[in-house]
Amino acid sequence: MSSAVNKNPEERSSQADTTAPVLQVAHVSLRYPENNEYVFRDVSLAVYEREVVALLGESGCGKSSLINLAGGLLASSAGHVAFRGKKIQTTPPEVAVVFQDACLLPWLTVYGNVDFALRLRSLRVPADERKERVRAALREVGLEDAAHRYPAQLSGGMAQRVALARSLARRAELLLLDEPFSSLDAITRGAMQEQLLGIARKYRSSVLIVTHDMDEGLMLADRLILMAKDHGETRLREWNLRAVFGGAGADRRRNAQRNRRSSVFMDLREDIAADLAAGTAARPGDAGE
Amino acid sequence: MNLPGKRSGYRRILYALLPLAGPICFVCIWWAVTHLLAGSTPMAAYFAPEKTWQAALRLLGNGVLAGHTLDSLRRVFAGLGLALLFGIPTGLLLGNSRLFERSANLFFQLLRMVSPLSWMPLAIIVLGIGDAPVYFLLGFAGVWPIILNVAAGVAALDLKWLKLAKSMAATKAEILFHIVFPGIMDHILTGIRLSIGIIWIVLVPAEMLGVQAGLGYFILDSRDRMEYGDLVATILYIGILGAAIDYAARRLRSKWLRYA
Repeated sequence: MSSAVNKNPEERSSQADTTAPVLQVAHVSLRYPENNEYVFRDVSLAVYEREVVALLGESGCGKSSLINLAGGLLASSAGHVAFRGKKIQTTPPEVAVVFQDACLLPWLTVYGNVDFALRLRSLRVPADERKERVRAALREVGLEDAAHRYPAQLSGGMAQRVALARSLARRAELLLLDEPFSSLDAITRGAMQEQLLGIARKYRSSVLIVTHDMDEGLMLADRLILMAKDHGETRLREWNLRAVFGGAGADRRRNAQRNRRSSVFMDLREDIAADLAAGTAARPGDAGE
Repeated sequence: MNLPGKRSGYRRILYALLPLAGPICFVCIWWAVTHLLAGSTPMAAYFAPEKTWQAALRLLGNGVLAGHTLDSLRRVFAGLGLALLFGIPTGLLLGNSRLFERSANLFFQLLRMVSPLSWMPLAIIVLGIGDAPVYFLLGFAGVWPIILNVAAGVAALDLKWLKLAKSMAATKAEILFHIVFPGIMDHILTGIRLSIGIIWIVLVPAEMLGVQAGLGYFILDSRDRMEYGDLVATILYIGILGAAIDYAARRLRSKWLRYA
């Protein structure tokens, strides 16, 4: 376990990179509007250039809220979120969010759904470039032939691929994914994970992905952050997986797969599982997300 | 019972012709009643199906009905236009603002229950004789289904679509035109269909007051000319045309809903 780094984000930033983080979540707190109780309190994390960060936590720990907050879709009660050093209140055009639900607009075709984001004023993509970008994005996720279908005619996996293509076409610098594959079957999920890593590498995007699936986190991430509630306090613990497995992007997944049966992997997995279990035991009566 | 798909041969043809059973029965009863009554009430003969048929052929042939139809349709669409113009913004407001909903609801319910024709004298005093008061009455009659359907549509909007638009940094106008309008289009089209139905019903009595053309006017005109064949033919024509318009409105909705 010596190679697994286990530090808080501030320490990491001072030590590892001289570059500013793409996304910085600084000491944010969020309260339920109904009862003013904390969803989470004083949480900080950062995502660096071309890094895939997985935020792992059991359901109800507030990780979905955290990613909404990171995307400017929720306002924090304290602290701030910065994208490339600038504090944000709303989602910047350079950030793409993929939700748990594919969230396709049912009255638009697959093509129309991918095209939708490019037509908005925030991006102002010229018409001919739009066409080319949509085509490329659909090709990337293997849905060129489904361009004229409507969302009602798609399977769950296809719909989620459209959602991925939609954020892809935006050529976002930062992808925020909120359990995007949780509703998919294992085989589709594996293919989508692979696709995601390939895409992130190709377009040099940074990724923050929320998941409750430890294996997904281990498979995808360069850095894995475990979020848990401990007596009402939110606790983050992180593992630098690149240091464990080496490689980045698609290599990571391959390495992770290869390493799945290795003792390092097993130890790491056990360590994380123990931490998850400790978090569960520590919060008997906490409310959900 | 057999399923329609399982029927074969003549049974399938019979099944396809079943919608005609009602009209055929109606014409038979109509024919019997007018001929039975003709003995005691000579007037009844004027209303017989054959007289109506002759009148209908004549009216369709000489273009009289076409002229009145165009006048009526113009009023229907003007009324519908007014209903949409006022109904959509009001419905959006009603669906979006609890405050507005609470303060306006009682008043709207009250207004809605007043027969549009009650406004006729007031409308004529304010707008003068002619098309303007008819437009007003039709718009007033047709606005309620639009308002209520738009408000219901807004309330039923999927919040995740709004969240999606927000996540793409969409402006308020973009959210309105790219998310809200398409998102409630099903409701708007339902509202339009109901609205046209009401407008079509109010149209005929509205055209009996202070205008010199249109299907409602022509009914009274036929009565005054004692052309009872014309009168009955026009009544049936109004029914057929109304059903056709309703069918068109339904087709419009299913065309929009082709994605579902």
